[in-house]
Amino acid sequence: MNFIDYYKILGLDKSASQGDIKKAYRKLARKHHPDVNPNDKEAEKKFKEINEANEVLSDPEKRKKYDKYGKDWQHAEEFEKARASQGPSQNRGRGSSSQNYGEQDFSDFFESMFGGSGNFSGRGQARFRGQDLNAELKLHLRDVFKAHKQTLNVNGKNIRITVPAGIENGQTIKITGHGGPGHQGGPNGDLYITFGIINDTPFKRDGNDLYTSVNLDLYTALLGGEIMVNTFDGQVKLNVKPETQNGTKIKLKGKGFPIYKKNDAYGNLYITYNIVTPTNLTSKEKDLFKELSDLRK
Amino acid sequence: MEKEYILITDFCLSHNIETHFVMELYEFGLVDVVIKENVSYLPIKQLPKAEKIIRLYSDLNINLEGIAVITQLLNKMEKMQDEITHLKNRLDLFE
Repeated sequence: MNFIDYYKILGLDKSASQGDIKKAYRKLARKHHPDVNPNDKEAEKKFKEINEANEVLSDPEKRKKYDKYGKDWQHAEEFEKARASQGPSQNRGRGSSSQNYGEQDFSDFFESMFGGSGNFSGRGQARFRGQDLNAELKLHLRDVFKAHKQTLNVNGKNIRITVPAGIENGQTIKITGHGGPGHQGGPNGDLYITFGIINDTPFKRDGNDLYTSVNLDLYTALLGGEIMVNTFDGQVKLNVKPETQNGTKIKLKGKGFPIYKKNDAYGNLYITYNIVTPTNLTSKEKDLFKELSDLRK
Repeated sequence: MEKEYILITDFCLSHNIETHFVMELYEFGLVDVVIKENVSYLPIKQLPKAEKIIRLYSDLNINLEGIAVITQLLNKMEKMQDEITHLKNRLDLFE
């Protein structure tokens, strides 16, 4: 049973005047208003708290009940009735309600204002147009290499969306009309989905380009040859030029990541060669390398 | 017109505001208004913006000059946020 101290929320003491409450509320509301703190869930929560505190403390009747009954102020009338029926000699304890008025009760006042929460939060109040909703969707990099359909559950409703290929980490897309329902015949709100892309591949991504490194044995690096390398969607054969240096970077055009909203357009794949020198040389190999070394002197 | 625009009178009625308030927003360059045959409409696309302005105006008592500044700063912030996200993604290349 968490006690919600409305005075503390507004930074006031119990002797605060109505003017003090108004002033404190306005100051905090400006700071934490969701419209000036977009995508800040903490600010949104705080705004709900200060709104609730203001709702109670700025109303003299509610404030009186709150001051008298504390956390159970909403049941003041029940207490009053019970007290009247039990007579003056009864023990009038305050904690008789079995209901739990924990932190979740902040939303009671503001359910109509901000809608349900869960993993989704409202972007603001609207009496005409439906409420906009925010959602976060975590996907793996491989999932966004190709456009695919995905079903999301938003406030208990299943929505089938197409996740476009090439979406970026942190990118937000708007699904028009999939937010809260409109009021009085107004249009539905929109659904904003922010993507979190988890990259557990050996490829680094920069926009549409991909980067990776490939180990190259010394002999292929020196003499040239053919190697097979992994791209994001399969293997390709590469011709390695003779006398390739360590750290050489090559570009495979069009083998990168799909370009967002551009059909069949891809970025590039950049491969850096890491030349691996042989270890555990046999005595014969050592002799031959020495011979090679002498030739260079 | 029906799908893309909303009558300003309908919008004002549902938000309990005066029509001249929306026209003031228009004069401040905060929202777009389309006037056709002497009837004023608000583009549907402008609704989230218009509703945000109304909230800032009524919840926080911010005047239109203040709202114009806030809107501008929020736009800047959004651009910067996009840039930060892009830079963070690039930073992965060096980690």
